[in-house]
Amino acid sequence: MPSNSLYGPLDPAPDAGYTDAPPRMGFFTDTSVCIGCKACEVACKEWNGVPDDGFNLLGMSYDNTGGLTANSWRHVAFIEQPRASSGAGTDTPGAFAGTPAGPSASAHSAVVAASAGQDTGTDPGVPPAVDALAAAGTVAPPGPQFLGMPGHDLPGRIPDAPRTDFRWLMMSNVCKHCTHAGCLDVCPTGALFRTEFGTVVVQEDICNGCGYCIPACPYGVIDQRQGDGRAWKCTMCYDRIGDGLTPACAKACPTESIQYGELSELRERAATRVAALHEQGVGEARLYGHDENDGVGGDGAFFLLLDEPEVYGLPPDPVVPTKNLPAMWRRAGLAALTMAAAVVVAAAGRRR
Amino acid sequence: MAEAHPVGFQWVVEAKKRGAEIIHVDPRFTRTSALAHTYVPVRAGADIVFLGGVINYILSNELDFREYVLAYTNASMLVSEDFQDTEDLDGLFSGYDPEKNVYDQTTWQYQGQQHTAQDAGDAAEDRETASGLEQESHGPPIPADVPRDPTLRDPRCVYQVLKRHYARYTPEVVEQVCGVPPEKFLKVCEAWTRNSGRERTTALVYSVGWTQHSVGVQYIRTGAIIQLLLGNMGRPGGGVMALRGHASIQGSTDIPTLFNLLPGYLPMPVAGTHDSFRQWVDSIRHPDQKGFWANAESYAVSLLKAYFGDAATAENDWGFDWLPKLTGDHGTYQQVLDMIDGKIKGYFLLGQNPAVGSAHGKAQRLGMANLDWLVVRDLFMIESAEFWKNGPEVATGELVPEECRTEVFVVPAASHVEKEGTFTQTQRMLQWREKAVEPPGDCRSELWFFYHLGRMVKERLASSQDPRDRGLQALTWDYPLYGERHDEPSGEDVLKEINGYDVATGAPVPGFTALKADGSTACGCWIYAGVYKDGVNQAARRKPGAEQDWVAREWGWVWPADRRTLYNRASADPDGRPWSERKKYVWWDPDAGEAGEWTGYDVPDFEKTKPPSYRPPEGATGVAAISGDDAFIMQGDGKGWLYAPSGLIDGPLPTHYESVESPVRNPLYRQQANPTRKLYDRTDNLVNPSPPEEHAEVFPFIFSTSRLTEHHTAGGMSRQLAYLSELQPAMFVEVSPELAALRGLDHLGWATIVTARSAIEARVLVTDRLTPLRIDGRTVHQVWLPYHFGFSGLVTGDAANDLIGITLDPNVLIQESKVGTCDMRPGRRPEGPELLPFLAGYRRRAGLDPGHHTPMLTPPED
Amino acid sequence: MGVRTWIEGWPVYRQLTGTDPLGRGAAAQSPRSKALTARTGTADSVARSVCPYCAVGCGQRVYVSDGQVTQIEGDPDSPISRGRLCPKGSASKSLVTSDRRVTEVLYRRPYGTDWERLDLDTAMDMIADRVLAARDAGWDPRHNRTLGISSLGGATLDNEENYLIKKLFTAMGAIQIENQARI
Repeated sequence: MPSNSLYGPLDPAPDAGYTDAPPRMGFFTDTSVCIGCKACEVACKEWNGVPDDGFNLLGMSYDNTGGLTANSWRHVAFIEQPRASSGAGTDTPGAFAGTPAGPSASAHSAVVAASAGQDTGTDPGVPPAVDALAAAGTVAPPGPQFLGMPGHDLPGRIPDAPRTDFRWLMMSNVCKHCTHAGCLDVCPTGALFRTEFGTVVVQEDICNGCGYCIPACPYGVIDQRQGDGRAWKCTMCYDRIGDGLTPACAKACPTESIQYGELSELRERAATRVAALHEQGVGEARLYGHDENDGVGGDGAFFLLLDEPEVYGLPPDPVVPTKNLPAMWRRAGLAALTMAAAVVVAAAGRRR
Repeated sequence: MAEAHPVGFQWVVEAKKRGAEIIHVDPRFTRTSALAHTYVPVRAGADIVFLGGVINYILSNELDFREYVLAYTNASMLVSEDFQDTEDLDGLFSGYDPEKNVYDQTTWQYQGQQHTAQDAGDAAEDRETASGLEQESHGPPIPADVPRDPTLRDPRCVYQVLKRHYARYTPEVVEQVCGVPPEKFLKVCEAWTRNSGRERTTALVYSVGWTQHSVGVQYIRTGAIIQLLLGNMGRPGGGVMALRGHASIQGSTDIPTLFNLLPGYLPMPVAGTHDSFRQWVDSIRHPDQKGFWANAESYAVSLLKAYFGDAATAENDWGFDWLPKLTGDHGTYQQVLDMIDGKIKGYFLLGQNPAVGSAHGKAQRLGMANLDWLVVRDLFMIESAEFWKNGPEVATGELVPEECRTEVFVVPAASHVEKEGTFTQTQRMLQWREKAVEPPGDCRSELWFFYHLGRMVKERLASSQDPRDRGLQALTWDYPLYGERHDEPSGEDVLKEINGYDVATGAPVPGFTALKADGSTACGCWIYAGVYKDGVNQAARRKPGAEQDWVAREWGWVWPADRRTLYNRASADPDGRPWSERKKYVWWDPDAGEAGEWTGYDVPDFEKTKPPSYRPPEGATGVAAISGDDAFIMQGDGKGWLYAPSGLIDGPLPTHYESVESPVRNPLYRQQANPTRKLYDRTDNLVNPSPPEEHAEVFPFIFSTSRLTEHHTAGGMSRQLAYLSELQPAMFVEVSPELAALRGLDHLGWATIVTARSAIEARVLVTDRLTPLRIDGRTVHQVWLPYHFGFSGLVTGDAANDLIGITLDPNVLIQESKVGTCDMRPGRRPEGPELLPFLAGYRRRAGLDPGHHTPMLTPPED
Repeated sequence: MGVRTWIEGWPVYRQLTGTDPLGRGAAAQSPRSKALTARTGTADSVARSVCPYCAVGCGQRVYVSDGQVTQIEGDPDSPISRGRLCPKGSASKSLVTSDRRVTEVLYRRPYGTDWERLDLDTAMDMIADRVLAARDAGWDPRHNRTLGISSLGGATLDNEENYLIKKLFTAMGAIQIENQARI
């Protein structure tokens, strides 16, 4: 067992005991060509028999799913931004130039949306309107100031000015299939396991619904289904990829925003795409989750984003909570030994 | 396109990756705009000014593709000296008849052709029977000696007429009428012209955002004029692409379930005009006409042979007299009003949900409530089956179930995987579907339903002596039955009949050129002839795309004659050489065959061995009259029409009229709205007042409706499915932050939207994607609604179509539902009977008292 | 299952003796997970079809097991769609297998307040009678036609179906035949 098995770069399948593991498979989601059609959400549910999430109008632009839950393993986030990137390749600069448009309402709308409750039939379900808060963070509100929202005056975003530029970001979010998966590491039953493809899957026949995995996910992905109790999330269509098929979401995606393949190949493709976008002047294009040296050892599902991760409701610097497990174990072991020693000393003293 | 045709949009994304420039013009910022390079917000209902401005830009800067324009369009032809333009007559063309509200088209003709024109009586009949456009393709013959000026300098030549007509459509006027800043407009003009010509082509894509207007056909014609001027027609990467919205809506036009058409765009006979077989056929083929319509008699006889078999003989004019005759407007909207008036007894709904999906929902429901019987064929329980039980009129008390006499049969339908058959998709491609499973329970295909209905009706009338039953008795209906129950006709058998066959041998015909006028062939739809060529179901061809070239000719079958791009002769220059290597598609190969042949990636849309140098001999007609450079082979003169001397009810050139309901006075002409539109002036079909009428301010905002990616039309195939319903679970209205502030609308709160017809409620989405526009110096607000919601299904809501009245385009009788005026108020609408006085108050304030009539012709202002 | 197999199947045994001492991968894989295959691979038949929603005409493959549709997904061979489907096309399996579908004839008698059941043959007989009565009531001998019957629909029907509909109605003299293309 390598010493860094819980942190840092790693090929996870061999590490998990697969002697002839196939190449690690993954998703590359290129949000610059996402049209927000949600085919991925539907194709996933049809294939995997995932229940619906309830019929709730969330008011978060066209997002009525809200987030990744036990009942939504793909989630398309929509972010309306009164701004343009420097290039013209991925947005529409001057969309509203010359019209009598006033300031943006997106922050205000997002705050309203954030307070609109919903029942997803899961627990904890959607983290409190994470995308709406993120959207709110991209611009100052037009009306009364609201407090406590992080980063409402990010650099380069002008509050209260009439909106001229506009862009509508869309991103299909999914389980990251981390190299170091907190959910897997804390699962006491072996329900969560690493597949030969390097993906992370909950085994529905093993899971006992203890819920330890839920706080262990640095992305807030894994979730329990109410009335069932078990944890559910994207399996990267383990049954399909085992037969050499493409996962349902990537298969359906009309614009190849979701691409499935060998992770190493996807990383090369992503780097090429970022370079091409940079060449077109889209300086904001960046990858997220591709870096093996990040807090989760890199993601099996990574993204090309056009803004800060927070804007999409993604944590900027996710760290697997088990990163410090060995040290914690060492400390815990030391503490236990000390306790034991104390007991021994005490007992010895009494004998004496 | 990304919203309503997401999978088709993959090609736009791919083109973008390869360097194509994408421009999206739409009243609201949509998922399509999100991936465009340029988004242009525009006022709904002002498209002809925008497009006319592009024409003006092209002509004033002489950026047209001159060689193409000279060779393939009618730019050089001289128009009658008597023609007067809307620019001369303040919004009317010459020949307007204020009694009939149509034009005498005599003055619109080419010089020397006035005698061929439609008078106002003809035009009025054409409007009623939606047959104006038939004149374009079945139009009068154009002899070789039409005066032309190849220098395009003669003030009466089409080019100059066009130039004068659009001279006032300047960037400043575009800004004034459409709300588009000049810099942005010019950017579009530059991109369009820069990407057209020899080496490059531009594709123009539209959908019902253009068709559903009182000037809808002219919107599309304006686009077509641009594409002709820039040489983008008949060439790869060019064209005017109509994105149609239903799996086989193209097929249902080709093999029409439409009142005015028979299969293959043959007109339904009209009493007085087509009283005999000869009159009918000659009106289609025009004995002296150029082009392939000249063979119309073969198509017509073959259709009647397919219908009536051995009973159709030369002696009885092939059974022509058994065909019913039209006398006027029998379109779906006229039918609904006739239902309200008690004139119609029974109604079939075949996968259609007019209670939600057709304009003026209340009229639709009240019409259905006044029938003897209604048969609904659908997969799910839809609003149109339940209007008597749960409809909005039950809530208001206008409809009481115990007093509603309509007998309703819901006979469940088979789904697309439970039957075999062909759909014709948006590019005219027929694709065969295999049957996967048996339909459940009582669900049956339409093939089953209508076969058995026909069988039963024929059995009941078998011994009738009534002459009116002769046609039914003669109707060929002997389809073999198959399946587990031995009661299902075969789609393939019907497809063979559609393809056509030799009557003596039963052998399928290879194509429409094999059809005969002597009764020796039968063919159910001449434009589909060839789909069963060689006894093979060509629509079932499925050679993988990856194993073919980019045209992929071995996938499905495209009418006519498997041509993937229409008028593709225009992809080569007059001498038959590709305009450029980059854009080569179909060309003349002088070394092929005996004396040269047309060849290329596609099936040439031209006679295979007719050389580019061919010139018709004096007096030639029909196909022989098509010159070697007449690329538009279905046109009476072989040319693409920049100017339409006949064929259109509302004018030879597209002209800006305001929508029927507009908050804006037409800044260009005295005439406010289309002076030939089809109006149903009734107290149950009120029109909101527009300037210069008084009280337009009662309905100050513009609304438009369209689709969401997550739903389908009236919701019958989407609001019944949990996985789609959860994605868009509620009726909503999109408003700009500015309008929200103006009217006190809260994000996620409720709003009431009011028109003269009804008031509906919707949840509010305040979004930056909508913007007010500055129109003619004032701020105009637009709102947007999806039209998918109704009162049945997993998710429900008020129907946007309840807001819309019935006013139609005069050429095709399609309703204006993409633009109307409304009022917006915060909060929910009054419920139950309270709704009626609420609406009455609005009507009173708007001056819509009994006796009020919407003026067709705008009176002079003081 | 022998005792030995049983013990070897025990995850802890596999964990302790195999290559996955932490029990996070191979050792933790359940027999169910190990046996998972795509249900499309074991379908009894696959029908080549076309999406029933918009007019793009995307290719679909319909997978059938035991007479039931188990999956509908894009046909990668289609040069139109290249195997892709939008959310509606992706929901096609729900469309055809939904338990909300009406599968028996429902009848509302005049002035009725609720649905009644009717068998299909009876319904067809009643409809045929009513069609003839409406044809008769609206007959216009001058123009050899009836104004008693209307029909709306056909844009999601097959060409072959529309052909029979137009053929029958025309021979019957019914002219008020329309579809979505007018809307």
